Amino acid sequence: MQTVKMVVTGPFSAGKTEFIQSVSEIDVVSTERKISSREERNVKESTTVAMDFGRITVDEDLVLYLFGTPGQKRFDFMWEILSEGMLGFIVLVDSTRPETFREARSILETFRAYAPTPYVVAANKQDKKDAWEIDDMRHALRLDAKTKLLPCTATDRASVKSILLELLYSILAEMESGNGG
Amino acid sequence: MALRGNLRDFTVTQLLNLINLASKTGTLVVDGPSEQAQIAFREGKLAYARVGQEDNRLATVLHKANKLSVNQYRTIVERAGHMSDKELGLALINAGYVSQEDILLNLQGYFTDIIRRLFTWVEGIFHFEAEMLPPDDRINVRIDLENLIIEGSRQLREWEQLQDEIPSLDMALKFTERPLKNVNLSVEEWRVVSYINPKNTIRQIAATNKMNDLEIRRIVYGLLQAGLIEVTRPEGAKSPMPQRSFPTENKEEQKSLVNKLIGRIRSL
Repeated sequence: MQTVKMVVTGPFSAGKTEFIQSVSEIDVVSTERKISSREERNVKESTTVAMDFGRITVDEDLVLYLFGTPGQKRFDFMWEILSEGMLGFIVLVDSTRPETFREARSILETFRAYAPTPYVVAANKQDKKDAWEIDDMRHALRLDAKTKLLPCTATDRASVKSILLELLYSILAEMESGNGG
Repeated sequence: MALRGNLRDFTVTQLLNLINLASKTGTLVVDGPSEQAQIAFREGKLAYARVGQEDNRLATVLHKANKLSVNQYRTIVERAGHMSDKELGLALINAGYVSQEDILLNLQGYFTDIIRRLFTWVEGIFHFEAEMLPPDDRINVRIDLENLIIEGSRQLREWEQLQDEIPSLDMALKFTERPLKNVNLSVEEWRVVSYINPKNTIRQIAATNKMNDLEIRRIVYGLLQAGLIEVTRPEGAKSPMPQRSFPTENKEEQKSLVNKLIGRIRSL
């Protein structure tokens, strides 16, 4: 059985668990714990403090694992470990919370420094009325024109599929240009 | 109370605040990543500071501040090397080379620069020695800590922000399409710009320009914000981690694997 890995990262409460859950054939493995800080409690009732882990079986010989990085900054020591051997990564950003954009940029730069793998940035919660426009988010996140910034609704399977496919297309394009492998 | 710990848990700014509020007398010793700093206080005011093996004798401080010429400095080192800073200071004032104000201002500037450098230390073991006073042969100053504490707090926020913006100094920089015309940059910024090249990491540019982590991040951040440069992987750099792990080395098999993944995701 061959396994390959992609990492889903992003700031706290960007929607990583929902993203993986939308396509995983197994329930996302996570550990629910009470929020420890008041600030986090204001955002949502419960949060994962362990890794998110999802699986998509391709065939009897190949499995894709999706790893979600822990959302809180105090678990950032896990990022490098999770990044080892990944095909590529997705940075999920909550379009309705511009106060997280700086953190998203920092996470992106950190992962880029880890490995030269393709990545896409997914602007989640684009279905919400106070979501930032994609073009405005590109400027706020300081993404160059070549970086894929894609609208996303992490709870919608079709939307999540399109993000994964765009990442795979990027991986394929890089391989075909001779930089991959 | 044993005042000791790690800068990871207790910042330099917090330490200065404690020393100020408690009006402490003694010396704060900090063992940083590559050198030791000793900061002496009298009743909560900064009195003296030294870092590593840096020569902080009065003659050197005045020479670096261009208050003494090269020849004057050499003469003093040769002929008055045995004198204490206090004796030398009096001699220089009597000879009309410098004033008392010059001496105090330049020493204050030198000591506060050391504190500013300490603000960028995020790792290190510290302890406070109440019995340890400044060396007898050195001139002590009396600097209120409040402004330094405010500056340190401001710098800490800035430092944290800059670290978030530029987490790795081992990346390189390249120019964007935007031309560098009609752009007003400082001398330090132009120095950095002159080394921008995907072959040079940010860390290398900093070392060449004798800039510390905070200084180089500040400049790079400004250039990034203005859209003049972007961060890129250094040319020829080995990835710090193993390349993505395909289960096979064969390129065609790898492509086939990715195509299989694409097919599977489409079918979800």
